[in-house]
Amino acid sequence: MLRYLSDYKRESVLAPLFKMLEATFDLFVPLVMADIVNVGIAAHDFHYILVRCGILLLLAIVGLACSLTAQYFSAKAAVGYSTGLRHALFEHIQTLSFSEMDTMGTSTLITRMTSDVNQVQSGLNLFLRLFLRSPFVVFGAMIMAFTVNFRAALIFVVAIPLLSVVVFGVMVITRPLYKSVQTRLDRVLGLTRENLTGVRVVRAFDKEKSEVDRFEDANELLTKIQLHVGHISALMNPLTYVIINLAIVALLYVGSIEISIGGMASGDVIALVNYMNQILVELVKLANLIVQVSKALACAGRVQAVLDTKPGMEFPAELTGNVPAEKADDAVRFDHVSLTYKGAGAPSLSDINFTAKRGQTIGVIGGTGSGKSSLISLIPRFYDATEGSVEIMGRPVRQYPRADLRGKVAVVMQKAQLFGGTIRSNLLWGSQNASDADLWAALETAQAAEFVKAKPLGLDEPVEQGGRNLSGGQKQRLTIARALVGKPDILILDDSASALDYATDAALRKALAALPGDLTVFIVSQRAASLQHADQIIVLDDGRMVGLGRHAELLESCPVYKEIYESQFKKGDAQK
Amino acid sequence: MSAKAKSKLTPEQQKATMTRVLQKIKPYGFFVVCSLIVAAVSVAAQLYIPILCGSAIDMMLGKGAVDHAGVLRIIYEIIVVAVVAAFAQWLLSVCNNRITFAVSRDLRNAAMRKIQTLSLSYLDSHPSGDIVSRMVADVDTFADGLLMGFTQLFSGVLTILGTLLFMLQQNVPITLVVVCITPLSLVVASFLAKRSYKYFQSQSTVRGEQTALVNEMIEGQKVVQAFGHEAQSLEAFDEVNGRLQNVSLKAIFFSSMTNPATRFVNNIVYAGVGLVGAIYAVAGGITIGQLSIFLNYANQYTKPFNEISGVVTELQNALACAARVFELLDAEDQTPEAENAAKLVPDGHVQIEDVSFRYLPDRPLIEGLSLDIKPGQRIAIVGPTGCGKTTLINLLMRFYDVNGGSIKVSGTDIRDVTRASLRGSYGMVLQDTWLRAGTVRENIAYGKPDAPLDEVVAAAKAAHADSFIRRLPEGYDTVIAEDGGNISQGQKQLLCIARVMLCLPPMLILDEATSSIDTRTEVRIQAAFARMMQGRTSFIVAHRLSTIREADVILVMKDGHIVEQGDHDTLLAQGGFYAKLYNSQFEGVET
Repeated sequence: MLRYLSDYKRESVLAPLFKMLEATFDLFVPLVMADIVNVGIAAHDFHYILVRCGILLLLAIVGLACSLTAQYFSAKAAVGYSTGLRHALFEHIQTLSFSEMDTMGTSTLITRMTSDVNQVQSGLNLFLRLFLRSPFVVFGAMIMAFTVNFRAALIFVVAIPLLSVVVFGVMVITRPLYKSVQTRLDRVLGLTRENLTGVRVVRAFDKEKSEVDRFEDANELLTKIQLHVGHISALMNPLTYVIINLAIVALLYVGSIEISIGGMASGDVIALVNYMNQILVELVKLANLIVQVSKALACAGRVQAVLDTKPGMEFPAELTGNVPAEKADDAVRFDHVSLTYKGAGAPSLSDINFTAKRGQTIGVIGGTGSGKSSLISLIPRFYDATEGSVEIMGRPVRQYPRADLRGKVAVVMQKAQLFGGTIRSNLLWGSQNASDADLWAALETAQAAEFVKAKPLGLDEPVEQGGRNLSGGQKQRLTIARALVGKPDILILDDSASALDYATDAALRKALAALPGDLTVFIVSQRAASLQHADQIIVLDDGRMVGLGRHAELLESCPVYKEIYESQFKKGDAQK
Repeated sequence: MSAKAKSKLTPEQQKATMTRVLQKIKPYGFFVVCSLIVAAVSVAAQLYIPILCGSAIDMMLGKGAVDHAGVLRIIYEIIVVAVVAAFAQWLLSVCNNRITFAVSRDLRNAAMRKIQTLSLSYLDSHPSGDIVSRMVADVDTFADGLLMGFTQLFSGVLTILGTLLFMLQQNVPITLVVVCITPLSLVVASFLAKRSYKYFQSQSTVRGEQTALVNEMIEGQKVVQAFGHEAQSLEAFDEVNGRLQNVSLKAIFFSSMTNPATRFVNNIVYAGVGLVGAIYAVAGGITIGQLSIFLNYANQYTKPFNEISGVVTELQNALACAARVFELLDAEDQTPEAENAAKLVPDGHVQIEDVSFRYLPDRPLIEGLSLDIKPGQRIAIVGPTGCGKTTLINLLMRFYDVNGGSIKVSGTDIRDVTRASLRGSYGMVLQDTWLRAGTVRENIAYGKPDAPLDEVVAAAKAAHADSFIRRLPEGYDTVIAEDGGNISQGQKQLLCIARVMLCLPPMLILDEATSSIDTRTEVRIQAAFARMMQGRTSFIVAHRLSTIREADVILVMKDGHIVEQGDHDTLLAQGGFYAKLYNSQFEGVET
């Protein structure tokens, strides 16, 4: 994942370096001050004092310049990195097949793209700024102490590990605890949401009291762990404070001895105390840095996992193989096809066999979860059949390059999904270079021309993200038109007419039948009425094909079909 | 940087909110007093140590001129003071934690209790996300911000005053140097804050735009791939991504200038103190030890300033959050139960007498509705969306109270009986398939938590849910996620039906109870419903007219009025609104 940083090599090296420079200048300050005390004040030399203070000012200015440069470079590298990472992630997600997307889930992918990448960005930014600076100041201070006085510097050698143990110890102990704080907070959140969305059920079952008890238990658990973590974290400041002051006391003691034998001046003691104070600040920063960076690393790991997910499907670059003569008329053929989704216990489709000839209309019917959508999603190769083979136009689907296949097969999905833009920009998804006449023809067939004409801007009417400004039926018809614009050989309507009223549904079917050429149409529906005129109807039950034939035949031969039909048309006649 | 723009409170509101906050803190008054005392002790001790150090340094004048006994005495003093300061610091955190977490716990519990008694009109008109954020995020911000902010402010002010006092005592001119230059850091910080705020604002706008695009494209990823639109959507993404890069860089850079800039001011103060201090030291106005005290203070003095500037906005923000929490706690409750409310013994006789109802005072919905429902009758309610079907159910369950007229069950006005006994008399299945995060079994047994497994299974079988439950990875012990993501809408509805099947109260309400279930399963469930409804007064709201044909009375509603009433055949024969609705469903069949 580091390769997205390669464009910002210069920045990622310069940022920490400049930070280090700044730290170096900071480290000189106590020494200069010691000189002022030891030399300037001792010798009553005003000029010396003035010059030294000038140096202090200069150090401050140069330090500021270095630090601003570093901040700029690190911001640039971090932002650039995350921009590249987001691009790569987005590009990668687009190559994933449906099966990987189902496993990961859209909301996960969206979180990866947004908040996880942002976390990585701020982690990287902080890292570039601090990972050299903080240790450098800590050890720099110690080294500076050695230049002042060897014996006094030994105090630093003892104090630094002690401080580190406290700072990092507290951190190591509390980190997992903070995780359980989060878990318990999530539980409180979940219960709150649940009680709000389910208020009617809660009250209908007279569960108000028990819900409050449940909530208070969860809340008490949260408070307990919050207090527990709080008490542990509360130890850090007092402990480090005591250690630092013990170290200062030791410095004073050693200093007093050294001064009395002439090994050190009082200005040196001031400088050493100053260094000691700097160390604490930087250690706390370092501990924070580690927390932030490890959070960012966790996010980076999750992003990496997405990037590592290999697309589960490969498409050949070119169309290969020949079409046997006996299959020239076939549009879609399923040969003993079974499909088991990744991670699912049972197959969603088992042993499906049928052949759809070019120009035919095929109905697919069955209850919820009977496998209707699974069946049609094998045709454009959204998923690969786990057994058997699916053939399009006489060739196995696996022989088609992705673009070829998806150009031949157009799917109108159950959920009408439009994208922000205009009606035109949405329709052009079907084919980038379709003319206005093509668009209107498609709209005409999809029974959408009328309402598009009625819009003030016609084809250029804006469509909000997700098509929120259109009604369900309008969206549905536009998605049908979008599919038609690409002039596919096979059109699949996956329960797409559910938002249409019966009359429009019928008109749509009539218009589709009247289209020139031999368009093969698959209609998935729960309404038997929509399929009555199909050339073949596939009846699915629990993933198995329990009937195949025309309406009239199925009414005779297929009990499941008969049951479905009767559940919808008991109009006036005797019930079973 | 919290760029969250919370609505600011007027001074009166702030005062009122503050009063209530104090009430909430009152039970923990002991800890508050402790916290203030230890804060003062800790500040004093922390300021005293540099002075001790200074005196020690003054005892080490040079070679052979060191007062060892004096230094040793001071060393002991420093150790004692440091330990006292550390202990005070620790106590301070402990007290603050106690107050903060206890107050937020109390507020959350109060809010949850409130939710259980809130009127449904409040809950229906407020998005649940808003209430959740009041209960969780606002309570947190309030507790953290107000209590932590308060102690920070308190110790900050004490530190500044203490430092000033100590410094003034030692030397006035050097103090002036510190006092004059330090505010510069505030000026610089606020300048930078304004600049970066602007960029953060535009960053969040562009980020929002990008998130929307990502949402749209990833949610529509299957469509994107089905149409081979990958390249174009990447292009659109890159455009926003590029803009985000530009504005993020500016925002991050400007905000990251604050620390170096304040450090710079700090360094100038340090140099200034060094200069003036050294001059005075040469002149003999102060000792080296005193100079060291000044240098130490100069380093510390800017810190509380920077903190306090942040604390003020945090406090305002916290008060605004507190006000939002109190607003929830003050929201209108449902009408309290009558004092002598009886327990309802339902016989299935429901009388609706001249009922009128409106959600909004200026928009009448149900007017003069009267109905007399005999025990065991089946009432179906049909009509277009928004005609008031669900409203009638709200009234029957007494989720809302009627504005005029009355509803009686077993001859008693439902306002004179306990809500629990009224609601317990109805089994309710709603279109909104609410399940709780928990196992399948827990969900089915929601109304009867101690039901043995075989009863649960029997209920599931009756609801035709048993077969799909068995296919779930853990069967009846499968945990349903909070969003119910692991089972389909139709399956959820089956579980809701099973939940009612288990309790089987004497009356039933089915509001679009089978809307997400395919027609074939529905027919089977209808059979189960039919058994269930035997001898039970039931109210059925449905979209699919085939499901309501067997009702004893069909109420056809339109715009809150009952426009037609009768059984299926009568209504069809009338050729009115119902006949129109019914026939529209079968248009296309006869073509």
